[in-house]
Amino acid sequence: MLYGLCAFAAVVTVLIIAEVAYQVITGASPAISRYGLGFLWHSAWQPNFYVFGAAEMLFATLVTSLMALVLATPLGIAIGLFLSMLAPRGVRTVIGPLVEMLAAIPSVIIGLWGVIVLAPFVQEHLEPWLHSVLGFIPIFGSAQTTGLSVFTAGLVLTIMVVPIVASLSRDLFLAVPRDLQDGAAALGATRWEVIRGVVLPTTASGVIAAALLGLGRALGEAVAVAAVIGGGSIIHASLFEPGTTLAARIINEIESLDNNLHRSALFYLALILLVIGVLTNLVAQAIARRVGGDQAMLVR
Amino acid sequence: MSFQPDPTVPLAEDPATSGLPDPTGPLTASGNLRRRAAVSRLLEVTATASAALAVAIFCIVVYAIASRGLGAISWGFLTSDLNPVNPALGGIAPAIVGTAVMIAIATAIAMPLGVLIAIYLIEFAGRRSGRVIRMALDLTNGLPTVVVAIMVYGLLVVNHGDSAIAASIALAIIMLPLIARSSHQVLLLVPGTLREAADALGVSRWRGVIGVVLPSSLGGIVTATILAAARAAGETVPLLLLTSLVTAQNVQLDPAHALYGMPFVIYQDLESGVPSGITQAWGTAFVLMAFILAANIGSRMFLARNRSRLGL
Repeated sequence: MLYGLCAFAAVVTVLIIAEVAYQVITGASPAISRYGLGFLWHSAWQPNFYVFGAAEMLFATLVTSLMALVLATPLGIAIGLFLSMLAPRGVRTVIGPLVEMLAAIPSVIIGLWGVIVLAPFVQEHLEPWLHSVLGFIPIFGSAQTTGLSVFTAGLVLTIMVVPIVASLSRDLFLAVPRDLQDGAAALGATRWEVIRGVVLPTTASGVIAAALLGLGRALGEAVAVAAVIGGGSIIHASLFEPGTTLAARIINEIESLDNNLHRSALFYLALILLVIGVLTNLVAQAIARRVGGDQAMLVR
Repeated sequence: MSFQPDPTVPLAEDPATSGLPDPTGPLTASGNLRRRAAVSRLLEVTATASAALAVAIFCIVVYAIASRGLGAISWGFLTSDLNPVNPALGGIAPAIVGTAVMIAIATAIAMPLGVLIAIYLIEFAGRRSGRVIRMALDLTNGLPTVVVAIMVYGLLVVNHGDSAIAASIALAIIMLPLIARSSHQVLLLVPGTLREAADALGVSRWRGVIGVVLPSSLGGIVTATILAAARAAGETVPLLLLTSLVTAQNVQLDPAHALYGMPFVIYQDLESGVPSGITQAWGTAFVLMAFILAANIGSRMFLARNRSRLGL
């Protein structure tokens, strides 16, 4: 009886994944059969003319997520190091939960804060400064009037990804055997040399998995990004121009559909997200499983 | 007693010109060693600064919510109906009630399922089925909320229209892996001796689970559920896709119709961009954030107390 109930619950978890895949593929199938894979690199989006292409959304999604990854991974690792090796116990028990609670702030509130507080700051200070210092690189073009840009979206995503990387990597660093670190220290290694020679190599794959999980979160984030990215639909080299991501397009348009093909195209966008999300997740899981093996070996 | 070089043993080389450290010199870091210490110091400062930055951002966001939201809060704000024409004259009672209704339904679906999955993983799963289920949970956890919401949209909303039930189902799917994984971890902590004692008394499997294993880990399971509910309460996308076409502006309870939720009200106000709407958004954010922070801090304190009691 209990076994039956438990087995039923277990089957439900697997069914949910199957149902997600089934619904998204079914919903997308009219658009798939009409546009094929060309959908991915066509860049026009005119629902009333039945013209759909995902290129600029794919571009903005990748750019914002990669920006978040590039900024959040070193920051998250540094925070993980601070919390696991540098901070005294009292500081650790206060700072650790605060960093984790950054992840508990709902994305819509981050979006609200991003539009009202962060975007004006970015527009008035950060973008002009970056443009004047690094303006010779095309990605730092001149600042636009609103501060709602791909750059701001990347910053918002960074804020959402940092606590994920930080708490995961802290747990990894705490699991590094103390003997190994003490051994390195006894050989005269400084703290940084212990970290570089012992802590980071033994946790490298786990840290990569953590970064990938953060990337997955950034790729699928909808509301906060939709709020601050500004809703442009042209691919720009400059980060300071507006854009639209896959998830942002879906939530912006699903309640105001022009035709059934429009809906199907939005399902196609969700399918792209699903495929990217599942792939990142599986790779992260595979890496994490290998880490489990590594650490078991180390302990033995 | 200070070190005196033995005059009978000639110095092979003058330390000043040989490049070797002077054995009679004081023990201070020099050259390479000083550089290494400086690099190490630099790293410590960077790591500390990073942590300070994260905490600063958390404080800035919370301060923004508190300073801008508190002004909007009043008894009327919490108890009045929504006023779509002039948000300043209305309140957010329907959104608070709507969020409560949807979270209640989502928890009622996700908590039993999650606990059952955890029990299955602990008591019944073989190596292979356990791996499949853990993988499915991780995948579900990693799904973007848009994808979960659009699945429910295709399943229910396309044919039956918006409803709070649909949003609750999406929220339950978001909560399920969180509850299942944490419950699994809590159940793992139950000492094997407890279970063996139950077996030795001839208690059947399910009585053992219900009478011994679950009660000893109930606190952890409830904590996990509250945290998952706090996470779900802040989710906007399911509300936006599945229950956004709300007709009534007053407090409604019927989950078969579309209901307002707090995150949706914030999103709508942000989209409209009207100043009074933005004020309402900050006020709503304050209420939502108060609930989420209370749930987080409360569950952390509960866990910390339990951990010290168990001596972990």
